Amino acid sequence: MKRKDILQVLAITAAVFVVLQALIAFQILNPYYELVIEYICVFIIYALGLNLIYGFTGQFSLGHAAFYGIGAYTAAMLTKFVLPDSWLSFPVALLTAGIAAGVVSFLIGVPILRLGSDYLGIATLGFGIIVKVMFDNADSVIPAMGGARGLAGVPRLTTFAWAFILMAAVVVAVRNLVYSSHGRALLAVREDEIAANTMGINPFRYKMLAFVTGGFLAGIAGGLYAHLYAFVHPSMFDFLKSIDVLMVVVLGGLGSMSGTIIASVGWIILLEGLRSVLPAEILDWRMVIYPVVLILMMLLRPKGLMGDVELSFLKPGRVEPSASAGASPSLGKGGEQSASIEA
Amino acid sequence: MKRLFVFWLLIAGVMATILPACGQLGGSSNLKLGFVGPMTGDVKTFGESTKNGFDLAVSEWQAKGVKIDTVYADDKNDPTESSNAVTKLINQDKVNIIVGSVSSKCTIPDAAIANSSKVVLISPTSTNPKVTVGDDGKVIDYAFRACFIDPFQGTVMAKFAHDNLKAKTAAVLYDNSNDYTKGLAQFFKDSFTQLGGEVSVFESYGKDDTDFSAVLTKVAAANPDFLFIPDYYNKVNLIAKQAREKGVKAIMGGGDGWDSSDLDTTATEGGYFSNHYSPQDTRPEVVEWVKKYKAKYGSEPDALATLAYDATNLAITAAQEAKSNDPTKIKDALAAIKDFKGVSGNLTFDQNHNPVKSAAIIQIKNGKQQFVTTVNP
Amino acid sequence: MVYFLQQVVNGLQLGFVYALIALGYTMVYGIVRLINFAHGDVFMVGAFVGFFAIAVLGWGLVPAVVLAMLLCTVLGVSIERIAYRPLRRAPKIAALITAIGVSLFLEYFTSLKFVFGPDYRSFPRPIEVVNFEIGGVLLSNIQIIIIGVSILLLIILQYIVQRTKLGLAMRAVSFDHDTARLMGVDVDFTISATFALGSMLAGAGGVLYAIAYPQINPFMGILPGLKAFVAAVLGGIGIIPGALLGALIMGQAETLTSGYVSTTLRDAVAFAILIIVLMVRPSGLLGKRGTEKV
Repeated sequence: MKRKDILQVLAITAAVFVVLQALIAFQILNPYYELVIEYICVFIIYALGLNLIYGFTGQFSLGHAAFYGIGAYTAAMLTKFVLPDSWLSFPVALLTAGIAAGVVSFLIGVPILRLGSDYLGIATLGFGIIVKVMFDNADSVIPAMGGARGLAGVPRLTTFAWAFILMAAVVVAVRNLVYSSHGRALLAVREDEIAANTMGINPFRYKMLAFVTGGFLAGIAGGLYAHLYAFVHPSMFDFLKSIDVLMVVVLGGLGSMSGTIIASVGWIILLEGLRSVLPAEILDWRMVIYPVVLILMMLLRPKGLMGDVELSFLKPGRVEPSASAGASPSLGKGGEQSASIEA
Repeated sequence: MKRLFVFWLLIAGVMATILPACGQLGGSSNLKLGFVGPMTGDVKTFGESTKNGFDLAVSEWQAKGVKIDTVYADDKNDPTESSNAVTKLINQDKVNIIVGSVSSKCTIPDAAIANSSKVVLISPTSTNPKVTVGDDGKVIDYAFRACFIDPFQGTVMAKFAHDNLKAKTAAVLYDNSNDYTKGLAQFFKDSFTQLGGEVSVFESYGKDDTDFSAVLTKVAAANPDFLFIPDYYNKVNLIAKQAREKGVKAIMGGGDGWDSSDLDTTATEGGYFSNHYSPQDTRPEVVEWVKKYKAKYGSEPDALATLAYDATNLAITAAQEAKSNDPTKIKDALAAIKDFKGVSGNLTFDQNHNPVKSAAIIQIKNGKQQFVTTVNP
Repeated sequence: MVYFLQQVVNGLQLGFVYALIALGYTMVYGIVRLINFAHGDVFMVGAFVGFFAIAVLGWGLVPAVVLAMLLCTVLGVSIERIAYRPLRRAPKIAALITAIGVSLFLEYFTSLKFVFGPDYRSFPRPIEVVNFEIGGVLLSNIQIIIIGVSILLLIILQYIVQRTKLGLAMRAVSFDHDTARLMGVDVDFTISATFALGSMLAGAGGVLYAIAYPQINPFMGILPGLKAFVAAVLGGIGIIPGALLGALIMGQAETLTSGYVSTTLRDAVAFAILIIVLMVRPSGLLGKRGTEKV
């Protein structure tokens, strides 16, 4: 991107941050709104991780919540019991949480990623269930983890600043990854593994890259999540939770970061909004409306909200023909900019 | 860059329109009660019962001229949803008191949020000690409950099994994803062993399990005197039935989760369970209560509805005594309550905001629930 | 020894119940490559229909099963028509998400008060439980009925698939939709018929399951559905005897783990087996290794 464009994006994002932070600090936006906004930021990090794995690399993972949980428990245990009371503890805990989740992704990825897409889905599903069962019984091994009693008393360290800044950082990082040659390799693997292999891209290596990075991001998000609600319980990371995040990614559009962001915001707001809007007697209909919306989305627009189109501020700029060789191709079929080289 | 600007604007716009919808009843000086519970989800019926108890209590006070506003929130029995719901009740709806939630896993974070926002929270049914006592061992100022806690129930049944039923060996089956059953099971085991008994089988199962043949065969092989199943009636029905089929001859027992008109009395014949109250109790409060509930809802009240009724009454009584809607004053009044004549027993709060009250032991005899005895703490 | 045999018998009962559900999964996957997440919920509806037939209408076992099979067939075919057929050309994930959506919808809609309601209901048994003792091992008539019916249905299914024209069409379509169409096969009809058969089995399975474990609620289909699918994959997805084999293995693994190790690990072991099999032999135990054409 041109320097001018980058500065503009940064400026606007910074302005948004300052405005929101001020609104929160001066209590114009009450703690409920603050909670929702922070949760949205956390969820965006979580969902972007899955989008990397599934949207960009085509690996159908049904167990993403497991990594979220690993991150949450790791970070919570660290801040509660191990780390001292300094401001550094929180980032250290988050980083460790991400690494822990990443390591587990790596270990499970090695055997699993060789499988074809449907089988991969089931294997990750099974893995997710195993992890949840382990969380439930964790207190037999480490009593402090609480098991089904839950882990309470986690310090509420996630503030708007942490959530927003980390989210912005993750968006930038993922965007840079996606628009790099590695990102193109991921897409190649998604589109046609064998062709990619023929072109010298090692599919396994790139699948692992996506999987581990996605797990790492989920771990960080999990750490933020634990310190937002101050409570960690195995039921927060079960199979249905993996489905939730998968749905958001699909609804937003596979391979579109802005789609994931928009869908995350929309989904959380929809669920919270329905809570306020529906009168008590028909609250149960909330859970009926939710899958109906899903089915309608799939029937009417299976590509998801954004399809594979990216909002322009996230895309690299058009490279003038006189610039260095190696144009930046668009990622979407029918995206706004097409490369001058025939695909 | 217009796109980026428009993007943020859109998001702000969407949030601004949906979030404040129907939230605020601003500026009312009435006492505001929030209710949070699982009105949808896997334990929907618990949410319903508790809401019924809550509603009955509120309508009675309103009939006496007390001005009360209510707001309801559904937490789907999920801790995150519950936290969101409670945060909304406190910040959007500006409630003074929260009644809820049902499961401890939801109430524990709810209590922490209520406490830091200085809003009173009283749970009708959460039995995990951590709801009112923090990790540091200190009581959570604004959190209360209307039921007895896990350690108490587990111990009560252990004592009963050992002393009254003269059981020497026991088997325990619990749901490992449910902190309520886990808590009861653990405390039963500890107390029973302390009293000199032996727990020969201590096994868990999953929340959705329906096939217990494997573990019951194990139990049958161990042939214990007493089989403790501290789960909810729906699980107990399944287990008890299969237990008899597998040749388990032990006397069965459980906790207040057994209390339901849907309990399979044929399969659990001869079994015992501890409860907060018994609808056959002849105390006038109970008789009145059963009549009232039946008139309004057409069925007999279960323990959950009863506890919710008591919890709501406790809260409103405290507000009346404090002559204020200020949660800080209410919490002090609540903590000072002694000998409150609730339907579920005489209630006095101990220093941990847990009610000191007796438990009733009920036996299933000839297909009916029969009150046996009261056990005092 | 008696203890071991008793556990094996327990495992057989569980295994055959899973088999009834797994058959539906494997057939549908074989023909449209779709994990029909809603299958477990069709099973649940079958159980509720059985409840209605036995408790409300007072019917006996056989009519109840037949009614369940009929209504589930209608349900299954409708789902296919409304939710899956329009997505046949769409990316597979869309159909999958839709399947998840249908599953959630069935669960939450039936849990609304005016439909089935969220309560757990006790399922009335139309026949008394009779235990037979063989060498110290208890065998109940319920177990015998389940095992017997499952085997019977399996044989009928195999016959249909291997010996009838419909079965031939089903096998052809599962190879290649377009070529089958060129050969004059009515692909849409065949797919609907597959769903019908699978749902019929699920409906019967629902009633039998409810008799064995007499309690029903709108969410009862999730876990058995999941495990049955794992069983189908274990045996080789798309292969009917594979579903039975996988289901039996799953049943034994779960039961023996509960009986000898710890009940806590039961689910974990089941899924761990799955992962191992997928790593070692992904096409399943009875599956053929497919060659991938480049």
